[in-house]
Amino acid sequence: MKVELRDIHKRFGSVQANDGVSLCIEPGTIYGLLGENGAGKSTLMKILSGFISADSGEILLDGKQVRISSPAEAIKLGVGMLHQDPLDFPPLRVLDDFVLGSPGSWLLSRRRARRELQELASQFHFNLDPEATVSSLSIGERQQLEIVRLLWLGAKVLILDEPTTAISAQQRAKLFAALRKLAKQGQTIIFVSHKLEEVEQICSEVLVLARGRVTGQVAMPFPTEGLVRMMFGQPVMLGKRLDVPLGRPLLELEDVGVSPPQAGRLAVKNLSLAVREGEVIGLAGLEGSGQRLLLEVSAGLIRPTMGKVLLGGRDMTGRPYREFLEAGVAHLPAGRLEEGLIAGMTLTEHVALVERRQPFLVNWEVAAQAAVSRIQEFNIKGRPTTRVEELSGGNQQRALLGLLPPQLKLLLMEHPTRGLDIESSEYIWGLLLNRTLLGTAIIFSSSDLDELLDRSDRILVFFNGSLVSALDARQATVEQLGELIGGKGVA
Amino acid sequence: MEIVTLIASILTASPPVIFAVLGETISEKGGVINLSLDGSILLTAMVAFVVALKTDNVIAGLMAAMVTGALIALIIALVSLTLRQAQVATGFVLALLCRDLAYVLGNPYAHVPGPQIPHTPLGGLSAVPVVGPILFDQDPLVYLSMAAVVVIWIYMYWTRPGLELQGLGERPAAAYARGVNVTLMRYVYTLIGGALVGLGGASFSLLVKPGWARPYGVEGTGWIALSIVIFGGWRPLRAATGAYFFVALQTLANTFQSAMPSVPTQVFPTLPFPLMILTLVLVTIGNADWMNRVLRFLPARLQRFTLRTLRALQASPPAALGTAFEKE
Amino acid sequence: MHSVLTRPGTGLADLLLRLAGILVALILSALILLIAGTSPLDAFNLLFTGAFGSSTKLAYVITAWVPVLLCCAGLLITFSAGLWNIGVEGQIIMGAVFATWLMRVLGDPLPAGIVLPLAALAGLAGGGVWGVLTGMLKLYGNVNEIFGGLGLNFIASSLTVYLVLGPWKRPGIGSTSGTQPFPPALWLPSFEGFNVSPVEILLGLTAVALIAVMLRGTYFGLRLKAIGKNMRAAFLMGIPTSQHLLAAFALCGAFAGLAGWVLVVGASSRHNLFPLISSGYGFLAILVVLLANLSAIWSVPISFFFAAIGIGSLQLALQRQLDSSLGGVIQGLLVLSILVTQGIRNRLLKRGD
Repeated sequence: MKVELRDIHKRFGSVQANDGVSLCIEPGTIYGLLGENGAGKSTLMKILSGFISADSGEILLDGKQVRISSPAEAIKLGVGMLHQDPLDFPPLRVLDDFVLGSPGSWLLSRRRARRELQELASQFHFNLDPEATVSSLSIGERQQLEIVRLLWLGAKVLILDEPTTAISAQQRAKLFAALRKLAKQGQTIIFVSHKLEEVEQICSEVLVLARGRVTGQVAMPFPTEGLVRMMFGQPVMLGKRLDVPLGRPLLELEDVGVSPPQAGRLAVKNLSLAVREGEVIGLAGLEGSGQRLLLEVSAGLIRPTMGKVLLGGRDMTGRPYREFLEAGVAHLPAGRLEEGLIAGMTLTEHVALVERRQPFLVNWEVAAQAAVSRIQEFNIKGRPTTRVEELSGGNQQRALLGLLPPQLKLLLMEHPTRGLDIESSEYIWGLLLNRTLLGTAIIFSSSDLDELLDRSDRILVFFNGSLVSALDARQATVEQLGELIGGKGVA
Repeated sequence: MEIVTLIASILTASPPVIFAVLGETISEKGGVINLSLDGSILLTAMVAFVVALKTDNVIAGLMAAMVTGALIALIIALVSLTLRQAQVATGFVLALLCRDLAYVLGNPYAHVPGPQIPHTPLGGLSAVPVVGPILFDQDPLVYLSMAAVVVIWIYMYWTRPGLELQGLGERPAAAYARGVNVTLMRYVYTLIGGALVGLGGASFSLLVKPGWARPYGVEGTGWIALSIVIFGGWRPLRAATGAYFFVALQTLANTFQSAMPSVPTQVFPTLPFPLMILTLVLVTIGNADWMNRVLRFLPARLQRFTLRTLRALQASPPAALGTAFEKE
Repeated sequence: MHSVLTRPGTGLADLLLRLAGILVALILSALILLIAGTSPLDAFNLLFTGAFGSSTKLAYVITAWVPVLLCCAGLLITFSAGLWNIGVEGQIIMGAVFATWLMRVLGDPLPAGIVLPLAALAGLAGGGVWGVLTGMLKLYGNVNEIFGGLGLNFIASSLTVYLVLGPWKRPGIGSTSGTQPFPPALWLPSFEGFNVSPVEILLGLTAVALIAVMLRGTYFGLRLKAIGKNMRAAFLMGIPTSQHLLAAFALCGAFAGLAGWVLVVGASSRHNLFPLISSGYGFLAILVVLLANLSAIWSVPISFFFAAIGIGSLQLALQRQLDSSLGGVIQGLLVLSILVTQGIRNRLLKRGD
């Protein structure tokens, strides 16, 4: 099916997410949509798949103008979207998830559906057990289920939103094979990603978005630097690296094993690591490969099932979280508003919470003044009376950093600059590197390879619950890192 | 013969709790908690009786009760789905309000004799030994309640819309993506749930505990019904089992009491409540961190058995229960 | 549980909207009265005179006001922490039970000046323990505090029936009218001719004032607020959430237990322990706090107003054969209408965005 978007505009508050985007895709194409986080790719695809409506612009399918007002309408017109976190139903069985929402008579015919599910799945060599629960599937398998379901409903346009973020190399190979087969059958595939290598591998045409506008529409193959320039505006330069002298070992993990508290996450085994004062360690790997568990066990939020955790030589294995905090460890979660800050409370209240001067009574004037000084020091765009949910993402992250105690031995962060623009990221890293000068060690996880390479001294790559590689960041390359993350080169 | 009569009388007393539990299960499966249950049951019981009395028509009473139950549910749905206020707060206030309304409006009708649902044995079937007196020698509402369990079970697991109901309370965003009108369906299921609760209340005043009084005597049933829904894991068959179990306990309370006269009379009527707490604990304790640590001290076979039992008892609520759904 | 209620507004429009809500509630009440067969004006008049018609009646209102005030103080704590302490009724009862027990044991040997305060402490302890039980059920048994509280309410109430008909029964025939009333020496002193105890009033008002200060001006209060809004984030910040939640339950239970003590020794009380001694005051306090939108200052007049409705409605039962639950209907309608108008206001605000 031919897909055409003409002059799409969409604004969210003060942000122009899509600013006059037009594209045209012939059937049978695997079309790449490239761009940084926040470039407008997701918004555009949400418009095409019916989740949101454009402020202005037209959508044409097979030459006919259409109005897509809901996802259900979209699939009726043949447009199906696979979300990064597939919109499925965890407690249901695969077969039931497959059938839910499909048109048909009141009575379910599970037999027929099972047959069709298995037929479709086998076409692409997907192994889906109809009786398994969706929650027991890996993300890759959930994607496979969703693709098969959309095809069953008659999708002729398949939009995949960052599909390879959390799947194994094997599953990625299967996915790509499936996409190529579908394209040959005349389907239109739109592959949204910010990963250059994959787009280069599979797409025949690419549209690059930056800050809501189209910066390039090219046929593949196309030189990488050109794509990069279209994405970022200029070739990406390596950030300045501070040379911080490393001190004594601060955190030592000896043969640690951790079991995740919830299902769906891999356990970690045989983790051994020594982190020195002033060192910056980046954790790389697909979501759920073990980085988060490393951070949580180092923070004392989870007990290890095996092994020992030592802080400054002292055995802290199994000690409560409170003792880790007192020992100078801080943990900043990825969900700024979900887990880091308290929505509904002002900056002053947050400052009062962390800065406890007197035993009982809160001196609000002093707290407000302290808030002012922290606002100035960390350049937070807000006032002491601002509630934290009213701050932008970048300012929320600054606030989180601003609430940390001045002396820290170990700072553990999950995705410190996720969703932030370049200016905020630079500023925040400036603050973080200042701390390393004082001897703080930092361990952070990130899915941004450039960030990992620029900021870390060492990069630890996780795959499938094990630490598979430790790289010297100064010498590693993007390709090397990408391959290790994807599981290549693992014995 | 004793056993047969006993089981038959348990079934006879079951419709109110069965209907209430089924209704609330449907409502919560769709994602809306109707905490007003205790008050709703009282108010709908009163309405059923008064209307039946005034019109000399039991069916009218039943209908009126169902409408009342649906109206109460409508208020909760409006306030929580459209006005986005806390479901628990609204439900709690309504629990008290409906109870007080029942007392005020029902005052003139206390201790007044009125119509009841007639006993309706099903012809030849009721003569079948053992099964006959139990299943087929009952009142229409008992038959209806048993049928309701089966019908709702079939609906939820064997029909398309039933599947959508399961998805609705679990992940409304995904249901929306599949074409389900989330808000509308939540209203629909909440209202259906409320109507069933109304039927439960009517089953009290027109069948199991005829008439009206102040206090009526079934105060507290609604709260127990709410906990039976949790115990039932939001599944109709399991919830019905819990309901029958509870009714059995109540029916047997008198028997136990006369068998054990030394036990103070307050123990047996109160027993449901600590049992309720116990079942709630059992149903979620499998997850508790400290529990897992304690279990490790047990010998391996006992550990596995305990884990398996706990896992079988596990109930987790529909993930989106109590939340509002916004499209963007 | 997340924040119990949404933030109130302070502008003129909000005030008008709230007044509109109150008006609707009154109109609905009038309708109910019509259905029940009475003239609304007549009924409202009776309510008013039933509450304020004479000094005796006013004394009753004040006496009903105090336990509600005390429970409000406690509930403000638990609501701040995001908890629904439905178990407050059982906590009142256990406070009354503990206080009664202490007075029965020590009432004779020791002078009243010592026994009464000790009994107050016993009441605090009884309610506090009952509250902690609910908390432990929640934290270690994963039982939602609504159900845990309810179950414990019923257990407390049955325990009282057992005591009143069993070990503590009146000499002669045990009846549910309660235990042997305590001698006047063990009553709280009251004014001449105005059967109200200044001790009670002082206690109630001090409690609410104390809680208001505690919630807004101490670290404990701030931390409770943090827990109520985002328990996970509060935990990550280093706040010991379990301890604080248990403390909240214990404190609320303690205040409720104190209310139980007041219900036994207070001026217009029956001076004994009887089943259902909590008389729904705990639930009433929940309604008051909801209507006051968790404001301590507003809880004071609203609880007085609700107490007046409650006492006034007794007249309706006496003089017009109406059930006294009518008071409850009016109270419930008021709270419901505020919830509705709050919701409407928030919807309108969103549309205007």
